[in-house]
Amino acid sequence: MVETTIIIHEHQFQRIKNVLARLCVECAARVVFLVDRDGQPIAFHGDIGDMDTTSFSSLAAGNVAATTSMAKLIGEDVFPAVVHEGERESIFISVIGRSLLVVVFDERSTLGLVKLRTKKASHEVASILEAIQTDSVNGRLDENSFFAEITDEDIDSLFS
Amino acid sequence: MTFINYASREINCKIVYYGPGLCGKTTNLQYIYDSTAPQAKGKLISLATETDRTLFFDFMPLELGTVRGFKTRFHLYTVPGQVYYDASRKLILKGVDGVVFVADSQEERMDANIESLYNLEENLQTQGYDLHKIPYVLQLNKRDLPNVIPSDELTAELQRKGEPVFEATASQGVGVFDTLKAVAKQVLTELRKG
Repeated sequence: MVETTIIIHEHQFQRIKNVLARLCVECAARVVFLVDRDGQPIAFHGDIGDMDTTSFSSLAAGNVAATTSMAKLIGEDVFPAVVHEGERESIFISVIGRSLLVVVFDERSTLGLVKLRTKKASHEVASILEAIQTDSVNGRLDENSFFAEITDEDIDSLFS
Repeated sequence: MTFINYASREINCKIVYYGPGLCGKTTNLQYIYDSTAPQAKGKLISLATETDRTLFFDFMPLELGTVRGFKTRFHLYTVPGQVYYDASRKLILKGVDGVVFVADSQEERMDANIESLYNLEENLQTQGYDLHKIPYVLQLNKRDLPNVIPSDELTAELQRKGEPVFEATASQGVGVFDTLKAVAKQVLTELRKG
């Protein structure tokens, strides 16, 4: 595989969750997600109700992938933020390197507030993600020793 | 790109079904969706045109169970097969862990298979992947139709690196899970190698 497998440890996951929890309160959002640009959900905080968070993450990534390609066609490198305004619920997506910070909010908040608070949180998330990326590369051997123990039987048992 | 989360003890992998238009990529996913227990799957999302042709992608998350205490979740995607949706295909290949090439066994679709396979190799390269190095399975679909090319001939023409080949009739579920298992197994084996 070309890209390094991303390995998130408990303490890093907790730091991300803390940033998301604070952002959620600060911008009076319904829910805040952190999603990988390839569509993998990383973490979320807030009221998800019966929302399918995996599908939501995949579609958010697809959405940004499409708008980024559109940006390139008109000579922009990337649209750093994507907004969808609905009658009641709205979505703000901020692109942070290879991740997306997605805020779902309603009439209790405003786009201005969400933009402002998300900008600050983006920096914090970016630094955590950088640490995860570095650790994933450096810690590859250690982590892999765990996965190296996976046997053929373990894999076969998934399909039995 | 595989995602391993130690906090939630999850392994997330991405598998893409590739192939020419109307070869049965969506049908594969639909069959997997219909035959899987509700607790093991998420929604099947289809971004399709009004005539049910895939416009951007189909997507479904599938949980296979646990390996050494880690939940394994496969994110299954299809690409739009029609030639002019190439930009979308490139995007969907980003971060891929394994690919299934669904070939249409009908004689008149041979050229479309070859064109799509070249397109796959090219688009993988654009994303920095090499077909010869990633987990990959070839499925020969629509074996129930009358005008199909014999499997060995199709295999000789389409097999690229000695990858596993499965005959299938996706509309009836034949070969669908064998194909999925083969590619999922390769992805997990790759993870073990590190």
